[in-house]
Amino acid sequence: MNRDFMRSRVQRGPLGDILEKVEAGLRLSFEEGVRLYEAEDINAVGFLANVVRERLHGDRTYYNVNSHINYSNICVLWKACKFCAFGKKEGQQDAYAYSLEEIFKMAETLGRGRTEFHMVGGLHPDLPFDYYLEMIQGIKEIHPQLHLKVFTATEIRFLADHIAKMSVEETLDHLVRSGLGSLTGGGAEIFAEPTRSRICKGKHSGEDWLEIHRIAHNKGIRSTCTMLYGHVESNEDRVDHMLRLRDLQDETGGFTTFIPLAFHPENTQMDDIPSTGGMLDIRNYAVGRLLLDNIPHIKAYWIMVGQPVAQISQRFGVDDLDGTVVQEKIYHMAGAKTPHELTVNDIRRLIREVGREPIERDTLYREVTRQGDQWAVHA
Amino acid sequence: MTTATTAFYEAIEKAAAGERLSYEEGLALLEGDDLVALGAAADDLRARLHPEGYATYCVDRNINYTNVCDVYCTFCAFYRPPGDHPESYIRTRDEIRQKLDELYAVGGRQILLQGGHHPDLRIEWYEELFSWMKSEFPDLHLHALSPPEIHHIARLEDMPYEVVLTRLNAAGLDSVPGGGGEILVDRVRDKISRLKVDTEGWLGVMRAAHNLGIRSSATMMFGHVETDAERVEHLHRLRKLQDETGGFTAYICWTFQNDGAAPLKAQTVGSSEYLRMLAISRLYLDNIANFQSSWVTQGMKIGEISLHYGCNDMGSTMLEENVVSAAGTTYALNEDDLHRMARNAGFTPRRRNFFYELI
Repeated sequence: MNRDFMRSRVQRGPLGDILEKVEAGLRLSFEEGVRLYEAEDINAVGFLANVVRERLHGDRTYYNVNSHINYSNICVLWKACKFCAFGKKEGQQDAYAYSLEEIFKMAETLGRGRTEFHMVGGLHPDLPFDYYLEMIQGIKEIHPQLHLKVFTATEIRFLADHIAKMSVEETLDHLVRSGLGSLTGGGAEIFAEPTRSRICKGKHSGEDWLEIHRIAHNKGIRSTCTMLYGHVESNEDRVDHMLRLRDLQDETGGFTTFIPLAFHPENTQMDDIPSTGGMLDIRNYAVGRLLLDNIPHIKAYWIMVGQPVAQISQRFGVDDLDGTVVQEKIYHMAGAKTPHELTVNDIRRLIREVGREPIERDTLYREVTRQGDQWAVHA
Repeated sequence: MTTATTAFYEAIEKAAAGERLSYEEGLALLEGDDLVALGAAADDLRARLHPEGYATYCVDRNINYTNVCDVYCTFCAFYRPPGDHPESYIRTRDEIRQKLDELYAVGGRQILLQGGHHPDLRIEWYEELFSWMKSEFPDLHLHALSPPEIHHIARLEDMPYEVVLTRLNAAGLDSVPGGGGEILVDRVRDKISRLKVDTEGWLGVMRAAHNLGIRSSATMMFGHVETDAERVEHLHRLRKLQDETGGFTAYICWTFQNDGAAPLKAQTVGSSEYLRMLAISRLYLDNIANFQSSWVTQGMKIGEISLHYGCNDMGSTMLEENVVSAAGTTYALNEDDLHRMARNAGFTPRRRNFFYELI
């Protein structure tokens, strides 16, 4: 293949030295990360990210047949996290907490033929620890094959300190015994202070978020990681955030995927901030791909950025489009105009049209073979 | 891996160096899927043609004078057939005055006036409408009647295009929009718009307009029944006419939008196909200065990105848009949104008039 046009164009340009490092497989620095954010030539940044993407994954783009259940939106941090339209105070209109019966009933239908449940909720002040244990145990009984990717580090910290009243280690042990498969990556927001305090004063610190993932990884629990962007953070905050993830990954290797999350302002306390632009969306994927040399996958969550950006992101570092997703509430309460579900055919078309090859995966990125609702993974 | 042939990269390199592409080279570009390479080359050409770092736009509005139409294009969800249909309309003077007042209130001085092929509206009707508009709003720029409409009037009146255009121009028509171009290949037109003006007719109207000193824009609607070769054919015909007349001010392409409202059942193609075709168009159409973004069909996020895939212009604020929105896709923006779109992409937003003069 002749890539000389792009390669020599980038080589001659202001990112030439970064190209050299990327091609040699060398790690990029903080300053280089900031330069990638400041670079005017978005296609050059995309080219660089694509070099890494294709080295790791060729033309494969992964997707997942999954469902979401947001068990409750009642959250003690309802006011603290200014970027959130989902969390509600107990007793407030629209506040809800599903009973276990309701969840099992939902799970019955939602879980059919799916490989994964993604379940997160607010920090509910009163639900007992048994609620969580029984919830995952009960779902596993209904669908033993289903992988439960459940709870953010923020929920784990809250459960450990205020509900289970035990250490994070013990809390995780109980959850794993009940059927927890892996942790979700939410709650990371932006690690750097003072930005973190400006958007979610009172939430646990970035260090604590990382500590909980460290503990989980050391127990063999895999997880994903995220970054909330498009609010008041700087380029430096973003790069700092990614490099802290990279450091932990060097230590544990437990992250499967990095997912940049676009801030949606509607119905939040920060609704004076405009929605993120497409340039920033694709740049975050590309810079993430380039800085996070030790995290295997970069995911575009189409629910949040929309299908058009998710499609072209596959040329800007992304190799994963998340799932078919049923029942998503968090982003839709913040004004997301995306549909609630894409069919497998929709997702495969989004992938094929941009010249990539769709591969169904399970939570741990093992290839899935499927016949209707019957599926199996290759070890 | 990215599939692209040596011919693909050779064509990109040639275009990026400012050389003209042959038909075969255009086709080679359509056979590769290296999106960022196409974008980068198109961005280089855009920067060479428009080094100021502006992303321009104009403040205008659409007025559709009638939705009655007897050509039944299969991709269209806007028209209503002639006869007694409860949703048919012809805009009254009062309605038009109100729309123009709204436009003037936000500082706009340009309208895009288009409609269906109404079998009963004679040339005098248009002349009277235009004269009236110009007497009421003397500084209005009237960007009006796409080639199919001009062709329709010419056929109805049994007059040559030149005569129709001269009369309408005298009555107030300032420039001609590029609508109805679709794909300028008769095989495609027979499939999607059999009763509409054919390729030679569309080009003939534009040639006649340009020869009379009336400028126009050029368009392309793709992603339906056309082949790659027919896309290049389309670009080739536009480039050839532009060599001859130099009358096109701008080019805009968009993808066929299907939400089920129109009879044509092609699947709407995605953002990657839009950006790819846009960039290829920029590389091929070396003689058309300005490229407009179709954020109306693609949304604001892709609108931003299109400014690095060949576009130097964001079109207009589209105060009222009925045709694309009849097919289900509708994005409305105000001037602030356009400014943000430009800045997010690293450009300074600048307002312009029809002739791309900065205001």
